[in-house]
Amino acid sequence: MTTTLRALLGATALCATAGIAAAQDNVTLTIATVNNGDMIRMQGLTDEFTAANPGIQVQWVTLEENILRERVTTDIATQGGQYDVLTIGTYEVPIWAKQGWLVPLELGDAYDVDDLIPAVRDALSVDGKLYAAPFYAESAMVMYRTDLAEAAGVTIPEAPTWADIRDAAAKMTDKSKEQYGICLRGKPGWGENMGFITAMANSYGARWFDTDWKPQFDSEEWKATLTDYLAMMNEYGPPGASSNGFNENLSLFQQGKCAIWIDATVAASFVTDPATSTVADNVGFAQFPNREGVDNRGNWLWAWSLAIPTSSDAQEAAQTFIAWATSKEYSELVAEREGWRAVPPGTRTSLYENPDYQAEAPFAAMTIDSINAANTQKASVQDVPYTGGQFVAIPEFQGIGTAVGQQFSAALAGQMSAEDALAAAQSNTTREMTRAGYIK
Amino acid sequence: MARATSRKARIGWTVAAWLVALLIFFPILYTIITSLKTEQEAIAGFDLIPSFTLESFQTVQSQNNYFRPFTNSVILAVGSTLLALIVAIPAAWAMAFSPTKRTKDILMWMLSTKMMPAVAVLVPIYLIFLRTGLMDTRIGLTVLLMLINLPIVIWMLYTYFREIPGEILEAARMDGATLRDEILYVLTPMAIPGIASTLLLNIILAWNEAFWTIQLTTTNAAPLSAFIASFSSPQGLFWAKLSAASVMAIAPILVLGWFSQKQLVRGLTFGAVK
Repeated sequence: MTTTLRALLGATALCATAGIAAAQDNVTLTIATVNNGDMIRMQGLTDEFTAANPGIQVQWVTLEENILRERVTTDIATQGGQYDVLTIGTYEVPIWAKQGWLVPLELGDAYDVDDLIPAVRDALSVDGKLYAAPFYAESAMVMYRTDLAEAAGVTIPEAPTWADIRDAAAKMTDKSKEQYGICLRGKPGWGENMGFITAMANSYGARWFDTDWKPQFDSEEWKATLTDYLAMMNEYGPPGASSNGFNENLSLFQQGKCAIWIDATVAASFVTDPATSTVADNVGFAQFPNREGVDNRGNWLWAWSLAIPTSSDAQEAAQTFIAWATSKEYSELVAEREGWRAVPPGTRTSLYENPDYQAEAPFAAMTIDSINAANTQKASVQDVPYTGGQFVAIPEFQGIGTAVGQQFSAALAGQMSAEDALAAAQSNTTREMTRAGYIK
Repeated sequence: MARATSRKARIGWTVAAWLVALLIFFPILYTIITSLKTEQEAIAGFDLIPSFTLESFQTVQSQNNYFRPFTNSVILAVGSTLLALIVAIPAAWAMAFSPTKRTKDILMWMLSTKMMPAVAVLVPIYLIFLRTGLMDTRIGLTVLLMLINLPIVIWMLYTYFREIPGEILEAARMDGATLRDEILYVLTPMAIPGIASTLLLNIILAWNEAFWTIQLTTTNAAPLSAFIASFSSPQGLFWAKLSAASVMAIAPILVLGWFSQKQLVRGLTFGAVK
């Protein structure tokens, strides 16, 4: 009798253990992501991951950037648990980590966390803990046409000033041939024109807020930034620039219509790709410009990163996936399949020390220098109460940044003067910051 | 003389009608043209002649299997429409044939729910879906889409039913028809054109719904609206691919509209306009 009972108990325990093991083994990860080349490539390589981790299934939800942000925010705020891995940027990570919405990452020794580029790692850490692993990262730099520069007799130094850029743009402009000296973002949005203009303002010595959170659009630095931006774009920029964002400028540059384009370093791999770019062989790179006498080159830093929401019920499997997708081995896998040029840039020091990568990617050195130079902890030469480079890492920035972006875009479209746009930005931002409780 | 003028006028009206039709159809036409271009051509500027490449369609299909969201779209559109008709026919009957003092107010109130922006009720509905396990399920979305379109369905049916003389129903009742018989065998057959056009319009509305279907789905119940949304890219060229995804998403509904245009036009001009 006792033996039977024991046998029964033993069998029950065995079944229960097997049940738990099966539950742990059969996990489906839902990954929310944006649609860009690197992410699509990762989706294509998912089979490699599931083959190595047979208990984990992966399903993808690809959405447009703003919809993704909306959906993920709703999901996290309501603890919905729809997603196990999120694709978010350097803007969200510190804010969401402080809210307690993200799980700190423990990716194991083999992951070699010290290999992550320090500036990127800092931007994704809060209180020394890493809350998201970078999938690809970017700073900003100058991309220019070497053939046009030569023809115009212009030399763009490796570390140019805004005066150098303006002078070069003037000499390389020939509007009769639809050849514009400079292309910059003008489309309104906190992540569109304000990404660029904020970095430009940093390099002019301006700041968004003083240490009491008072907006600084009435400062001389901001005035100089916006006046110079508008003057360059009006004189040497393409028509309709107030609706040009990253994609539009990329297209203009690839078609040979821009002599200089200052934007995210990730663009370098597109403009030097002979399959899509007509000017692939004639592109030179330089650091983000600065105003003479200001030791600051914009501090632009963005990293699309993978993070785990606390609402996920498959956190262990999610950590395994993130460790795979952002590992050195993943880079090697991409290189093996599609060549080193296609490896997601900007995340690991070892990639930039790799001679194969250096040989295939002419933009590698300038990209790593630009990322290393970015200081997101102190974006301006003046004291600031916030972190973030081409944005301010506070939850209100999406709304405020877009509102200011609309004023600046209107100024570019000729609907208002620089002074009026700055005055409107100052009063709008002051009102919003007071309402949000920053200004007492 | 009069004949000449009328011919001239007729030509004038025909040309004007064609122009208006072309103007309305042009965005769809240009989407189709763009889907047949390479990414480079697509972003190069306005050009009506594509290189007729199917590369974008191929990429779209390889990145994201079309048939799963397509099946979801069919289930959601047809399911929500049938559900809406089951609820709306009795409701419209009651309002059309035995109105009370408050009928007009109720109709107005129902329509007023359409005046509120959808995002205003996102959080409560999101939470209801979450707590009841309806998130990312076809059944949840079918019921929601039915509720969203119900005011329009009831309004349309109400308008059609009002055109039917109440005496016919009275006669049926005198012949001993029960309420169920009256609605099923007398009213419904007479209102078929109206019901058909309501059905078609509702299918189109449900097919094109792109707020709730994106907000409340991830993968299992995601229809074609979510399929299109996944081809927009923050960094990189995507116009041709986005157009190809759009063409794949609107093609079924365009074909349906084409075949049923007679019903649609007849139904739409049947009620209120007369």
